[in-house]
Amino acid sequence: MKRVGVFVCHCGINIASTIDISKVVEDLKNYPGITFIQDYKYMCSEPGQALLKEKIKAEKIDAIVIAACSPTLHENTFRMAVKSVDMNPYNCEIANIREQCSWVHNNISEATEKAKRIIKSVVEKALLDEDLEPVRVPVTRKALVLGGGIAGIQSALSIANSGYEVILVERQSSIGGRMAQLSETFPTLDCSQCILTPKMVDAGQHKNIRLMTYSELDDISGFVGNFKVKIRQKAKYVDWEKCTGCGLCIEKCPKKVPSEFDQGLGKRKAIYTPFPQAVPNKPVIDCENCTYFKTGKCRLCEKVCPFDAINFDETDSFIEEEVGAIIVATGYDVYPVLNMSEYGGGKIPDVIDGLTFERILSASGPTGGEVRRPSDGKIPKEIVFIKCVGSRDPEHHYPYCSKICCMYTTKHAMLYKHRVHDGQPYIFYMDVRAGGKGYEEFYQRAQEEDKVVFLRGKVSKVYQDDDKVVVCGIDTLSGSNVEIRADMVVLAMAIRPSKGIEELAQLLKISIDQNGFLTEAHPKLRPVESLSAGIYLAGCAQAPKDIPDTVSQATATAAMISNLFSQEYLLHEPIITGVDEELCSGCGLCVAVCPYDARKTNREKGVVEVNEILCEACGACAAACPSGAAQQRNFTDTQLSNMVKAILAE
Amino acid sequence: MTKNKTVSAHQISHENVDKLKDISGVNVYACYQCGNCSSACPAVEFMDIPPHQIIRKVQLGFIDELLESETPWICAACITCTVKCPRGVDIAKVMEALRQLVLRSDFEHGNLCEIEDKLRKKLPQIALIGNFRKTIL
Repeated sequence: MKRVGVFVCHCGINIASTIDISKVVEDLKNYPGITFIQDYKYMCSEPGQALLKEKIKAEKIDAIVIAACSPTLHENTFRMAVKSVDMNPYNCEIANIREQCSWVHNNISEATEKAKRIIKSVVEKALLDEDLEPVRVPVTRKALVLGGGIAGIQSALSIANSGYEVILVERQSSIGGRMAQLSETFPTLDCSQCILTPKMVDAGQHKNIRLMTYSELDDISGFVGNFKVKIRQKAKYVDWEKCTGCGLCIEKCPKKVPSEFDQGLGKRKAIYTPFPQAVPNKPVIDCENCTYFKTGKCRLCEKVCPFDAINFDETDSFIEEEVGAIIVATGYDVYPVLNMSEYGGGKIPDVIDGLTFERILSASGPTGGEVRRPSDGKIPKEIVFIKCVGSRDPEHHYPYCSKICCMYTTKHAMLYKHRVHDGQPYIFYMDVRAGGKGYEEFYQRAQEEDKVVFLRGKVSKVYQDDDKVVVCGIDTLSGSNVEIRADMVVLAMAIRPSKGIEELAQLLKISIDQNGFLTEAHPKLRPVESLSAGIYLAGCAQAPKDIPDTVSQATATAAMISNLFSQEYLLHEPIITGVDEELCSGCGLCVAVCPYDARKTNREKGVVEVNEILCEACGACAAACPSGAAQQRNFTDTQLSNMVKAILAE
Repeated sequence: MTKNKTVSAHQISHENVDKLKDISGVNVYACYQCGNCSSACPAVEFMDIPPHQIIRKVQLGFIDELLESETPWICAACITCTVKCPRGVDIAKVMEALRQLVLRSDFEHGNLCEIEDKLRKKLPQIALIGNFRKTIL
């Protein structure tokens, strides 16, 4: 029989205050199977680990049970420790007597009894544990980045600069994303496009980056280090190999439609590039609005193109690639103003969202940077900004804080004042969250130098009266209701994950939270990883964040991926569910229940075979198997039954 | 200058605050003082304490002040405040609970006999009931 050593951790008072540790040690001393038992104040400390190693040698111990905190915290610590004294790490088990016992009980004698049972059951498991070796997996050193905004561009550039290949996929025809739409950025007020476009050009020309714009992920299979992806290249109707981006087609196209890039304020043609600094600077035909596609007549672009680049017969094409890691950086959308009927959203033309106001402020925007209201082009003399519209409102809209609005609204008011010197900006706010480097100073500047009037409270309604937009709100600090007859209202709408995130998350098998944002593996310690190995998160797809945070996160994903790619091979957990070919009848029940496609029936041999790399050890097959042929390593039926017996024993 | 108010643990968990919570079933601590209730209230200009401040005073346990306030009696229970509240605080229920707190205490409900016969016969029943629930001036 194996010699099992048990170490009981006090975890300071975390465990010791609720569990009588000396009683546990005393009572378990003679439990059959336990060769050695000792308690210690902090097992995870250096001396604790030294004690562990010393006793393994001195007592000739074959397997270890550490009764301490959850295995998610220190299982690895202890496994590394036992490995250093030549014990197979899979002979080291954790009995969780903290999260599952001391923290959730307050009756000392009952908690002590429960702790004993937990330890006994894990000892039973350890007695039958086998030595296991991790499975080695090769790694494809190429990354796929989904989303060509600042997050995607930054991570692609960082990975590419580390010497690895990157495929950067963007669904619009140009990279740049939301940041390309912004006017100036807080708190330094540098022009957004001026700082973004050099990065766009870099990404467009980098030898390690393959740009795939106007494309979307269509399908994916595989696992970390070995993903197979299928990318749909949407029909552009322009041969980009031949096109030089001369723009003649755009100039001649007779069809004008509202420009998405200008938030509907300006016009674009049916053949278009979204903005002048687009990368790649090649046009696509919007077939939903193109006169030829609608009526069968026109083809003017084809006639004027000097390079014969227009191809009306083009169809969607598919490209298959193998990649080792994926970054999801799909960004955000603005919650439409249509949802705010009490603020006249969608009805009053001079009630707009913050992103639309960015276009009005932008030097390259539809008004050339002059602040003019959409309805009649007048310069607004009094303008009201409302924050937390749709955010922080669990009752009607979204419960979370959109994080960027405090700063950009302050910036809007400031930029407005810089453009319209005799104008008066008002900001309705509930709290000002200016927690970033230089942010608080920026906010103070708006109050002191630019005379922005901050009103603390919410607006209950906005309505049109002649050419004025009347805002009824409250200033809770003075306790008075206020009414402002403004010329224009800007709503700091909530931001939410961009359209299609649910489908993408489903495709990638990664999870999203109740608000649709992608879930990180750990909120503090693993903020840029998804729970699926090899898939990383950057930017607003994970949570609302500003440009500096996005760039930091994007760079972090690149560091994670460089780390992954620098390994010779990847190690896969050896705890998988195998097949005992003697017992297997090849019925295929396990194949049907496996969520990872890890099991296949070998018809010739009449048994099921397992792809060890795909198996995630969920145990569904082991439960389904009628003959007991599917046994999970170190979680065999015998082990589980012994564990249950130990827990229930009198 | 008004006298300083004392904020204390004892006062915040005052028995009348608990009673108010029991009667209304409302979690007043969800309120983050955006003031939307007061901003939207059609009767706020007649109130001595605007609705958002009522909730704030409940949070701080200044309940005695509320029992003397005109606000709960001015409140028409139109529920605009409740509909507007982004945090799901049913302000109208808090107002009703405040009225109940007053009505359940030693309170002069009025005496029907003191009303002149002639007048009493003319009064609509609903007005009389309303009077019992509120007060006879």
